Amino acid sequence: MNELVFFINNVVIAGSVSGSIYAIGAVGVTLIFSIMRFAHFAHGDMMTFGAFMVLLLTTAFPGAGAAFGVPAALVLLPLAMVLTALLAVSIDKAFYKPLRAHGVKPIVMVIGSLGVTLMLQGLIRLFAGTSGQSLYVDDRKEIFRLALPFEGVRAPVVITEPQLYLFVITLLAVVGLHLFLNRSRLGKAMRAMSDNPDLAQASGINTNTIVAVTWVIAGGLAAIAGTLLSLDVTFKPDLSFFLLLPIFAAAIVGGVGHPYGAVAGGFVVGFAETLAVFNWSVMLRPFRDSLPEWLTQSGNLAFVGTEYKIVVPFFILVVILVWRPTGIFKGKVI
Amino acid sequence: MDTKRADTVATPRRFPLREVILFAAVLVAVLGVYAAMGPAYSTRMLVEAACYAILALGLTIQWGYAGQFNAGVMGFVALGGFCAMLFSFPVNPDFWESELPGELGLALFYMVAAVLVVVGATRLDRLGVPKKLRTVIAIVLGVVLYLVVVNAFRGVTDQIESRAGFIGGLGLPVGVGWIVGGALAGGVGYFIGRVCLGLRSDYLAIATLGIAEIIKAFFKNSDWLTRGTATVSPLPWPVPGPAEVGFTLARALYFSVTAVMIAVIFFLLSRAYHAPWGRMIRAIRDNEISAAAMGKDINKRRLEIFVLGCILMGIGGAALASFNSMFDPQGYLPLNHTFLVLVMVILGGPGNNLGTIFGAVAVYIIWIMSGPLALFLMELVVTFGEGAFGWEAPTNMDSRALQARVFVIGLLITLVLRYAPKGLLPEKVRHHG
Repeated sequence: MNELVFFINNVVIAGSVSGSIYAIGAVGVTLIFSIMRFAHFAHGDMMTFGAFMVLLLTTAFPGAGAAFGVPAALVLLPLAMVLTALLAVSIDKAFYKPLRAHGVKPIVMVIGSLGVTLMLQGLIRLFAGTSGQSLYVDDRKEIFRLALPFEGVRAPVVITEPQLYLFVITLLAVVGLHLFLNRSRLGKAMRAMSDNPDLAQASGINTNTIVAVTWVIAGGLAAIAGTLLSLDVTFKPDLSFFLLLPIFAAAIVGGVGHPYGAVAGGFVVGFAETLAVFNWSVMLRPFRDSLPEWLTQSGNLAFVGTEYKIVVPFFILVVILVWRPTGIFKGKVI
Repeated sequence: MDTKRADTVATPRRFPLREVILFAAVLVAVLGVYAAMGPAYSTRMLVEAACYAILALGLTIQWGYAGQFNAGVMGFVALGGFCAMLFSFPVNPDFWESELPGELGLALFYMVAAVLVVVGATRLDRLGVPKKLRTVIAIVLGVVLYLVVVNAFRGVTDQIESRAGFIGGLGLPVGVGWIVGGALAGGVGYFIGRVCLGLRSDYLAIATLGIAEIIKAFFKNSDWLTRGTATVSPLPWPVPGPAEVGFTLARALYFSVTAVMIAVIFFLLSRAYHAPWGRMIRAIRDNEISAAAMGKDINKRRLEIFVLGCILMGIGGAALASFNSMFDPQGYLPLNHTFLVLVMVILGGPGNNLGTIFGAVAVYIIWIMSGPLALFLMELVVTFGEGAFGWEAPTNMDSRALQARVFVIGLLITLVLRYAPKGLLPEKVRHHG
């Protein structure tokens, strides 16, 4: 049973954590893709920016969380979301809109977004330095150890406070997005525009508003994902670079332009990563007596070492591009 | 240029004023650097700029000729550098005199055999096995054999690391490493191209970005192959080194080698550009539907040009690593080896070889000079801040100042795309009547 607890700690919880973060990030990428038809490379840095805003705000008001009994970072998150959304809209106004107005190919927009990535990275590192910082300025990170009520189980299931918040907020974000896209006028207009921009414009939808709303949503979600990730580990200015590939892999696995697919894809990529770096020889230990010796003797049965974690999303990406380029939920564009 | 065809509408010959002015400006800048920093430093800068020009030529045929965006130049550069190291570094007797080469060979043999078995399993349906069963068999075999091979490798590589350090080089002439580096980069490019080139152009950017990080991670963590973070140096030069003839002369000799390479590549690329093949490539770039309607095999041509670009990047990367005389996997940064090359190409003029070379030299000079400049400006700001507001500057100001260059490169990319999308020396489109 101890092996099972080990599995829960290292795969189920860790996989859900990275899966939730990839899912929130991939939803933003996929929304931008479905409205503006280009892969937004600066998304990872928008996440970092959101987390950095939270860091600045918590440093300024370290006691903000005490009134609600939650970490200050969480109370200040909505403010950071607004700031990141503002940043996203103004980046669009300054850099992407002129390119769109010129009618450039989508790939030129991609290069433009790479330029924006570098600018954001430069700015964040200029102000934040290059070392990691904790978002828990004044609060303590709670760690819950749940002992399982079984015979002979010594190791507890370990889950931390930010991870619980992460699950709750992910759920809220996905449900909220679902309601927005299906119930509100604006959400329906967004879906219409993603299906056919010309037709949407012809039927009186203001495409400029839709573009702005998309950036607001994408920016807000990016701030959530970045903050929750930084709460779980630490804030690092080069956070985004390790996120970009898994997020794009998640968006493509789920079918580009398909928000629910992106959520599913995020969890697929997250679990694939943790399953791949998990050392399976631990799971074989209870069956030691009935298995051949050569199998139990090899100490490490992980598929890839942790240092090669980035191979996993790439492998998934290649497999999905070869096998089913539209993604599991049939995205619209290949 | 002098191949006048009957079907070419003669464009009025004009004096290439723009080219002359821009290249004169670069020449003045180079002379200025020589005057300010001394010949040894400036020659080093020129050699590095020449290596970057080879990389930029590789990217310009991918982006400029064919409209494919490669966001992972760094990976191909690292592959080239690795081959330069592996082939030219002196032989490591600790490794070759033990039984380890045989064991490594055995592990490699297992790997090849496993790949063959799995590929064979995917063809089982031809023997009448149901397709679903075939897929299951192939996947299970793949997973099991993968684990076996990985464990075999782990055993051998641990042995190599503890007993011989790393496998060392092959002690062959430097040129061999450069050629193999180009070939290896081309091979990886072929794999990526096969997967992505039939799909939307964004996917290529994502995939190349990923493969570049993977290549870097592999070199960084494979201590048995590359000594990892400990770096491998010194790599031999193809020309007499600084120890024999002095810094300036040795670097000048190296520069002449790279200059000859650029001249050859430039000549071949111009021939290809004006040949029917080049016209076909541009036709595909400008309107792939009509090119397909004309019966051109779009995906094959795209793959050709992508692999060609990757080969050039591999060669350029090999030349760069040999010149630095060091293979340092951690030294490969997306900023220095991907985005800098991108700026060179889009600023100089994608699709125009002369413009690309101009862009490479000009941007590299700016890049090299911007480091001291950024530090100086930061110093100025700090002194001003302390004097005016009593502001206490953070201690790691130097590293932060260099981050400002990241911002400038990003700004440059967006500005060029916005205001000069064709670059300073635009591609000349000739009209055929």
